[in-house]
Amino acid sequence: MAGTLEVSLWRGGADGRYVGYEVPMRDSQTVLDVVTWVQRNADATLSYRFACRVGMCGSCAMTVNGRPRWTCRTHVSKVASDGKLKVGPLENLPVIKDLAADMRPFFEKWQQAQGRFAPSKTRTDPIERISPDSPARLAANAAIECINCGVCYAACDTVRWNPDYLGPAALNRAWTLVNDVRDAANVERLTAVAADSGCHACHSHQSCQEHCPVALNPTASIAGLKRKTAQAYLRGEIKP
Amino acid sequence: MSMLSRRTSPLWLAALVHRLSGLALAAFLPFHFLALGLAISGEARLEGFLRWADQPLVKLSEGLLVGLLAVHMLGGLRLLALENLAWREGQTRFALLAVAAAMVVVFVFLASVF
Repeated sequence: MAGTLEVSLWRGGADGRYVGYEVPMRDSQTVLDVVTWVQRNADATLSYRFACRVGMCGSCAMTVNGRPRWTCRTHVSKVASDGKLKVGPLENLPVIKDLAADMRPFFEKWQQAQGRFAPSKTRTDPIERISPDSPARLAANAAIECINCGVCYAACDTVRWNPDYLGPAALNRAWTLVNDVRDAANVERLTAVAADSGCHACHSHQSCQEHCPVALNPTASIAGLKRKTAQAYLRGEIKP
Repeated sequence: MSMLSRRTSPLWLAALVHRLSGLALAAFLPFHFLALGLAISGEARLEGFLRWADQPLVKLSEGLLVGLLAVHMLGGLRLLALENLAWREGQTRFALLAVAAAMVVVFVFLASVF
């Protein structure tokens, strides 16, 4: 494929600006290929983040022509508008430099939402038998494949309005653990996600579902948490 | 994400409609109570108000209010169902249905008062 792409890349920190580059068009070119071409051929100081290049690791998410996307699996031919590409760091997160967003707030909220497994057994106990058909396991399976890319967090209107909001990914993770019968920390988890800026702050715009590159539905998980926390409150298991 | 792409998301628009209709209804509420208050402050004043309310423009405004009430109620029911019942796909369709049903209600109302 001949021709060039007009590419604008965010350079600098929060007070940076978009800088233009001309990048050769290639067949089956991804947005990550374009960014890598700039770093290897035009400006070696360009900072960005990637690892696996095959949609597994969730490292390479950026804002592409106004939408958060995983750049390694986003073909230029599908998103370039008149041969133009504008790539910036993920929104709703601080900028470290250029295209690299600071993911710390994102992962700190996973911790706030108790997004870590709390074992209820020891290694000497027999292995828990879980029916793959049980409703809880089906609910967990539907939400488990998150790659932590931060696309949903960058797309979320509620995060934009309320920087303390835990966000779709952290709450989706909490939902998988709420449905894990082996977990021993659900009272603490439901308390954490029911607090201010937790699941009840979600406005159900479903931007997270619309943008999720692995087709998860965090809004459904958050709706599940709303139900679970309400039930736990009515049973007196958690306090307001 | 650009402001434009956010504004073209149907569920973002549904949330906007829900909130603006709620605000408009809240703003109307004092006038509603004022009209009800006329009923206990004297028959003549109420009669005067009712005659004023018979004007076509006021009836059209009432149609708008009925529409706001319907779209707010139906949109609210969609959210209550989303949050309290098992998840159902097609929320955009439900939001559009709520708007369409509210328009039908407005049409029926206007047809009955004119």
